[in-house]
Amino acid sequence: MPKTQGAASAPKTNQTGEELVFTRPASMVDRATHYCPGCHHGIAHRLVGELIDELGLKENTVAVCSIGCSVFLYNYIDVDSVEAPHGRAPAVATGVKRARPDKFVFTYQGDGDLASIGMAEIMHAANRGERMSVVFVNNTVYGMTGGQMAPTTLIGQKTTTCPGGRCKDREGSPIRMSEIIAHLGGTAFCARGSLDSVKNIRQAKKYMRQAFEVQTKGLGFGFVELLAGCPTNWRLSPLAANKRITDEMIPYFPLGVFKEVEGDGTCGSMLAPESAPGAEGGK
Amino acid sequence: MSRITVSEERCKGCLLCTQVCPVTIIRQSERINQNGYKVAEVPAEDMAKCTGCASCATICPDVAIEVWRGKKPKPGSKAA
Ligand SMILES: Cc1ncc(C[n+]2csc(CCOP(=O)(O)OP(=O)(O)O)c2C)c(N)n1
Ligand code: SF4
Ligand code: SF4
Ligand code: SF4
Ligand SMILES: [Mg+2]
Repeated sequence: MPKTQGAASAPKTNQTGEELVFTRPASMVDRATHYCPGCHHGIAHRLVGELIDELGLKENTVAVCSIGCSVFLYNYIDVDSVEAPHGRAPAVATGVKRARPDKFVFTYQGDGDLASIGMAEIMHAANRGERMSVVFVNNTVYGMTGGQMAPTTLIGQKTTTCPGGRCKDREGSPIRMSEIIAHLGGTAFCARGSLDSVKNIRQAKKYMRQAFEVQTKGLGFGFVELLAGCPTNWRLSPLAANKRITDEMIPYFPLGVFKEVEGDGTCGSMLAPESAPGAEGGK
Repeated sequence: MSRITVSEERCKGCLLCTQVCPVTIIRQSERINQNGYKVAEVPAEDMAKCTGCASCATICPDVAIEVWRGKKPKPGSKAA
């Protein structure tokens, strides 16, 4: 691809004929982030910025930020933003999108935010088929508050609230959100990617694009989960954290597309399975 | 001929870029930036080996790396 990655404008060329093929996306503010070294929120932010540029959405986007380490998303992505209470981003985004259906609306949520306190909001927004896109950053802990156990914490993983390691009998198994969201009626696209390697980052961006495009095409709810590292709370170096994703997270949280709806995006076509013969009773 | 620039101000010394470079030319320097991080660098004598693949920039969580591609190797080169 000759196009400059991330930049909305045409590739920059200098006097010596060199072409700038990778630079900060125009939608991403040029300032240092507050994230720890090796934290994958930075990569996820950049991919969001690149896609907003590439899809030409910068002037027409409302970001709904959540509570977690990414609470300051609005400082980094140069679009209109709303800050939602913990877990409620999908509810806030529902309001934004229904008031302004012309806007591109996305939420950006961690696993504590989305899969714990915000479980109800995400499930019902997906089920209603809200025309929104969700970027779900799963780092298996409550990063911001010091690494407590999240619903996504792996069995045996030690956190401040399960110092002996998560135990299946006591705390249950890690929740696989993408698999759950894929089963809800309003979900038009659902996939899980990972930010641990160059190849996976490039694939994750393709999934994010699809999760964004089901909204811009009016097809329904778009969801993308990104497996991400939190070196600080995992007590690992950034390199060891990436290896943990590869070796431990991906085997439990498989990567891939879990749902991809085709059709004209009308409620009728999305609800088609329920209007099949025999599905009408139970009034 | 390709090359990268590493922002001394933005690099957090995480070293993720050093592991993904196909020609392993990125290393940690001895320079400590304002935030206390030892920044990544490509030694001047190694820069000519850069393929312009942008792997380092893709994995950098801090958008500290820019990649420039020279026009010498004409199409047909598969760097993406
Ligand atoms: C109503 C409410 N309850 C609890 C908290 C404390 N709190 C802040 S962030 C957070 C968890 C964030 O974890 P996650 O969503 O996984 O984000 P991460 O920091 O890991 O990216 C919690 C419990 C809060 N801010 N508000
Ligand atoms: S605590 Fe974890 S999630 Fe939060 S900024 Fe640090 S590495 Fe990232
Ligand atoms: S662009 Fe590719 S070859 Fe050049 S320094 Fe980065 S990873 Fe190495
Ligand atoms: S990946 Fe980025 S922040 Fe990390 S060492 Fe390399 S240039 Fe610095
Ligand atoms: Mg988390």
